[in-house]
Amino acid sequence: MTGSGQTTAGAAPAPAIELRGISKAFGPVQANRDISISVMPGTIHGIIGENGAGKSTLMSILYGFYKADKGEIFIQGRRTLIPDSQAAIAAGIGMVFQHFKLVENFSVLENIVLGAEDGALLKGSLAKARSDLLHLAQEYELKIDPDALIEKLSVGHQQRVEILKALYRQAEILILDEPTGVLTPSEADQLFRILDRLRDEGKTIIIITHKLREIIDYTDTVSVMRQGEMTATVKTADTSPEHLAELMVGRKVLLRVDKVPAKPGDTVLEIDNLKVIDEKGVERVKGISLDIRAGEILGLAGVAGNGQSELLDVLGGIRSGTGSIRVNGTSLPLSGARCSGQHRRAQGIAHVPEDRQREGLIMNFAAWENAVFGYHHDPNYQSGLFMDQTALRDTSEGHIDRFDIRPPIANLAAGRFSGGNQQKIVLAREIERNPDLLLVGQPTRGVDIGAIEFIHQQIVRLRDQGKAILLVSVELEEILSLSDRVAVMFDGQIMGTRITADTDEKELGLMMAGMKAKAA
Amino acid sequence: MEKMPRWADIILIPLISLLLAAFLSALVILAIGESPLNALDLMIKGALMRSAGWGYTLYYATNFIFTGLAVAVAFHARLFNIGGEGQAMLGGLGVALVCLYIPWPHWSLALVGASVGGAVFGALWAFLPGWLQARRGSHIVITTIMFNFMAAALLNYVLVNLLRPKGSMDPATAKFPEATHLPTFHDMFSTTETVLFRGSPANVTFFVALLACVAVWLLIWRTRLGYEIRSFGQSETAARYAGIAPGRIIVVAMLISGALAGMMSVNTSMGEAERLVLNSVEGAGFIGIAVALMGRNHPFGIVLAALLFGFLYQGGAELAFWTSIPRELIIVIQALVILFTGALDNMVRIPLERLFVALRREGS
Repeated sequence: MTGSGQTTAGAAPAPAIELRGISKAFGPVQANRDISISVMPGTIHGIIGENGAGKSTLMSILYGFYKADKGEIFIQGRRTLIPDSQAAIAAGIGMVFQHFKLVENFSVLENIVLGAEDGALLKGSLAKARSDLLHLAQEYELKIDPDALIEKLSVGHQQRVEILKALYRQAEILILDEPTGVLTPSEADQLFRILDRLRDEGKTIIIITHKLREIIDYTDTVSVMRQGEMTATVKTADTSPEHLAELMVGRKVLLRVDKVPAKPGDTVLEIDNLKVIDEKGVERVKGISLDIRAGEILGLAGVAGNGQSELLDVLGGIRSGTGSIRVNGTSLPLSGARCSGQHRRAQGIAHVPEDRQREGLIMNFAAWENAVFGYHHDPNYQSGLFMDQTALRDTSEGHIDRFDIRPPIANLAAGRFSGGNQQKIVLAREIERNPDLLLVGQPTRGVDIGAIEFIHQQIVRLRDQGKAILLVSVELEEILSLSDRVAVMFDGQIMGTRITADTDEKELGLMMAGMKAKAA
Repeated sequence: MEKMPRWADIILIPLISLLLAAFLSALVILAIGESPLNALDLMIKGALMRSAGWGYTLYYATNFIFTGLAVAVAFHARLFNIGGEGQAMLGGLGVALVCLYIPWPHWSLALVGASVGGAVFGALWAFLPGWLQARRGSHIVITTIMFNFMAAALLNYVLVNLLRPKGSMDPATAKFPEATHLPTFHDMFSTTETVLFRGSPANVTFFVALLACVAVWLLIWRTRLGYEIRSFGQSETAARYAGIAPGRIIVVAMLISGALAGMMSVNTSMGEAERLVLNSVEGAGFIGIAVALMGRNHPFGIVLAALLFGFLYQGGAELAFWTSIPRELIIVIQALVILFTGALDNMVRIPLERLFVALRREGS
């Protein structure tokens, strides 16, 4: 079989995998809506879409983690039920997850055998696995030391083990979820060489990704998903990155936010050559420089995981970094005890974190206890030795009143409010401190439509009071409708900054996918 | 929506657990050929029906209140301090030094001084595990349990080699001076007509323990430090976001926890033995874990749970005294109570939660 995989001569072979009318809803959210695709054997098929487009849900259905509400799955032309992952493996589907499922302190061989042992004694199956593994390694040029411990292997090699695991279980269809998300560029190249080889040997490969370049360079066919729907399936050769970006981002009318043109004042935030290295030693922010002026909203666009969260964390004092950050001309400490949320707040920086449930709120605390979270050192909340309960409750009542938090019960635990109202509790707390700089991460993630508009209005209102706002969002629509300027982050770097009025989704979409855009 | 009402969580679950433990204990007593009803009768008479019995029950309860509070404070910061035993032992050393080497004019001043001494020594013993957790990530469960053994060895050395009076065969300090002797309940509540709490060890430290309960409640639910401790215990990521330094909270929570455990020795060494003996803690540090679990880490619940365990201790002693039920069996009964109220909590909780959910569905 050839690399193109499009066998046209004679009777057309059955697709390796075919989905017909798959739908899946989680409560009111339609994660997958009437999805149909078919992938021919011996091809590499890409599935591309923004976060939350429903890619992962679809793959979870294929691997038996979720049960589809509607629709049918055909494998090699036969209708197949996949109630669990065992059934998926039996049907010849192998899955390589974004986060590997390996036992760190087991050897490669032990990991490969794990769950596929023949009988209670390991010795026989290990010996068999060893010879099978050598065979596989030769056939697909997947060289790896079978006795190496997983924890000693590089991420790229760990991924190889995952692939070998699937092949050892006789997978004919290999699904890889964001396979290059954690790889270095050269590791990614090696991965695609392996995948090419597998394809040439007749395996079917499905790659889920949000990176346009990988789709263009390595796939035979590509499907685009948007908001739970499969919007297009095309041959890669017949498409272009621009076309895919358009399909991916869509042309839906923006949720317009009422706002007057910005009147930018003095520079409030100056970031210069900021670098952040995470706990694993990976450089997540690679020397970026940015500035934001009073009375403007700078939107930071980008696919999740490209360093935006780390940037916000450093600005908010949660993480340390190197370089320089100045607010109103004052240099902020980027490491040590004074690099803390408390110190940042004292400098007039308020922070609406990306994850309100893990960071912004204590879910078991009542709304009134959360109303001063982070500002609890304010002497106004102290009376003698104790915290001033009345002051705390009054503060909370004020937030509830002015931000229309429902139900209006200060005694209710934060976890009992809806996502939108939780976000309002956080937003009220941060905005009412009247900060010079507001950091906002994913302000409307998981927020009901009704609250989105209100939240956007509050952010714009703060801008109109002459405050500087940094908005980080993976929702391009949100960025475009709120920001005055847009910076795009990819792989820890700023790909470019544009005046919102002078750019469009297409250009930003390309920059988000790591392609240097033509001069605006 | 909570799965079940608060009263069920606080009262019903411990009660059912307790009944289950009692039932199993009854079977065990039956199995060795004694009457469970007779045993229960003896325990209640011995621990609760006479004022002297109460004197013992309250004496034990005082210990358990301190160690229970110690576990609870640490637990609010999501730290599992199982080193109460060692911290109480070191607290005893602090109490002994304060009592032996400072000439106190009156017991009330000595009580304050000894409380501070016990608290400081207990806190210091908890400091290192806390610091190691904060700085090096060494797990507090491992380090505190190791520190229990180190405390026992250290105390042994100090008592035998340093504090033992010349010529004494006993690994214990000299008797504390007269001025440091605390008033017992017998001294406090007996009148010329009625003699109460005769010969029992309950003493004024019980009221110190109750004061400690109030102080812990205020600390946890009314002060900024308590707010930070609870925030950190609920979510470390949120605490970091709010600018609460995790290391500081870990160390401070452990210091307070250790101080409370250390104060227990005021009751045993100063109030009862009037000198420091080798095994004065007698496992109260570990009972504190069960007390805190059963008391839901709330001072009021801890008082109730401490009273229950005080009753079990005293009642158990009575059983061993009057029946052929061996002393070891008392430990079995106590263990069953700990097992059911602590470790097997979910065994009762989950079916009960289902029941309440089902009832509500029916009601609505």
